[in-house]
Amino acid sequence: MSAGETGITADPKGTGQHSPFGRVANVTKTFIAAGQQVPAVKDVSFHFRKGDLISLLGPSGCGKTTILKMMGGLIPASSGLLQLDENTIEGPYPGVGVVFQAPTLMPWRSVLANVLFPMEVLGRNDGRAKARAHEILKLVGLDGFENAYPRQLSGGMQQRVALCRAIIHEPSILLMDEPFGALDELTRLEMNDLLLDLRRVTGATVLFVTHSISEAIYLSDKVVVFSKRPAVIVKEITIDIPYPRSSKTRFLPEFTELERQAGVALGIVH
Amino acid sequence: MGKRLAHLMFPLAGTAIILLAWHYYVVLFHVPVVVLPKPWQVLQAIVQESRALAEEGWFTALECIYGFALALGIGIPIAVIMTYSRIANQMFYPLLVASQSIPKVAVAPILLVWFGTGIQSKLAMAFVIAFFPVVVDTATGLRSTSPELLELARSLQCTRLQTFFKIQLPSALPSIFSGAKIAVTLSVIGAVIGEFIGSNQGLGNLLLTANSQLNSPLVWASLVVLSVLGVILYGIVALAEKLLMPWADDVHLKH
Repeated sequence: MSAGETGITADPKGTGQHSPFGRVANVTKTFIAAGQQVPAVKDVSFHFRKGDLISLLGPSGCGKTTILKMMGGLIPASSGLLQLDENTIEGPYPGVGVVFQAPTLMPWRSVLANVLFPMEVLGRNDGRAKARAHEILKLVGLDGFENAYPRQLSGGMQQRVALCRAIIHEPSILLMDEPFGALDELTRLEMNDLLLDLRRVTGATVLFVTHSISEAIYLSDKVVVFSKRPAVIVKEITIDIPYPRSSKTRFLPEFTELERQAGVALGIVH
Repeated sequence: MGKRLAHLMFPLAGTAIILLAWHYYVVLFHVPVVVLPKPWQVLQAIVQESRALAEEGWFTALECIYGFALALGIGIPIAVIMTYSRIANQMFYPLLVASQSIPKVAVAPILLVWFGTGIQSKLAMAFVIAFFPVVVDTATGLRSTSPELLELARSLQCTRLQTFFKIQLPSALPSIFSGAKIAVTLSVIGAVIGEFIGSNQGLGNLLLTANSQLNSPLVWASLVVLSVLGVILYGIVALAEKLLMPWADDVHLKH
């Protein structure tokens, strides 16, 4: 299930480019709150290829996170089917990397020990794991901070550690829940480029939840736009601006046009 | 270095002012020694009775340490059980809270009947009074584990034991220590209450005896040693906290 056993595997959209790698089919989620049925996600279907970066864009609290959690097997769908690499998702599986809005590092562990946490739990905390941890920490510009404690780092640096922790075990899919939402604008732009770099090097498949239109377009192969709660897909926008993207990308006329399209889909541009 | 000196200088200067005020109050108003001895008389008593103070102090210290250790050893597991078993929590938490409305002094005679006049009844008293903050703070700490970390654990399919020892317990450590710091201070109070109710040993007993003999300097000397004991015990817990939680130190190298 994982991209490769050791090292960082460069496999951007290698295998399985044409058959859907991940599939969400007619998924509905209804929560029971105070005896009432509260629909969170309604009949959502989309798919993605291996190595894709897909953004789920929608207003805050619309149920995007619920989709992400179902994809990670953390909560079951009320109906519908979620598949990854031809396996049906029925519960948690270790081939998942998660990044939350807050870095949620363990303050009692050093940066290195935080990154190695998944390997420790999965029983793969060997010398190769350590070497890989050093390698990806270097990739995100944190070499030299291996022994620092999280609270000694800035918010952006902490989130980079969280990113390393999410990819250390080479997950089949990276689930990111507004990971840069709590950062200041400059750091956020920096992190966008960092994520694209990491994706290019690791070939990771990413589901990225955001409510920022420009972030979604800048990062993604495809943006899935959701309505207010319950989440219903209102539009899928394929972003065919070629990678690598840079700050110039944001000023391309097609970028602006895509932003307008997404804005119309969200109902904030008329 | 200058900062360190200031840290030492200010408390010393403060203490000196209080001692001088105390001294001149006694001198100017001709306060009899029975009512309030002069600071140096207290110091004299400490030096003269140093042996008795040390012996009785050691006895009281043991009561506190045993009682405190018991409070940790029983309080933390109870907090763990109450956090993980909703039924245990519902059955016993209200009782636990209700038991705290009982004045602890009122329990002392019962403990005396149960455990006799030896060290057992004192450490039991220290335990009874130190136990509650340990349970409450540990339970609070365990409950306040970041939900995202728990989700991470779930997604990695951590076992319950892994989740507990790798995530929840370390998350709760700061709370456990804040409970422990209160508990260790309370254990001194508990031990002295125990000695007041019935004992022929310990600083509390020495203090009562000196009081009945109108030996005020020794009463005050016992008080000083008691407070030093409290500070030392607190310091040990604070040191343990520093050693066990080096990450909580105030060091920043933000970029």
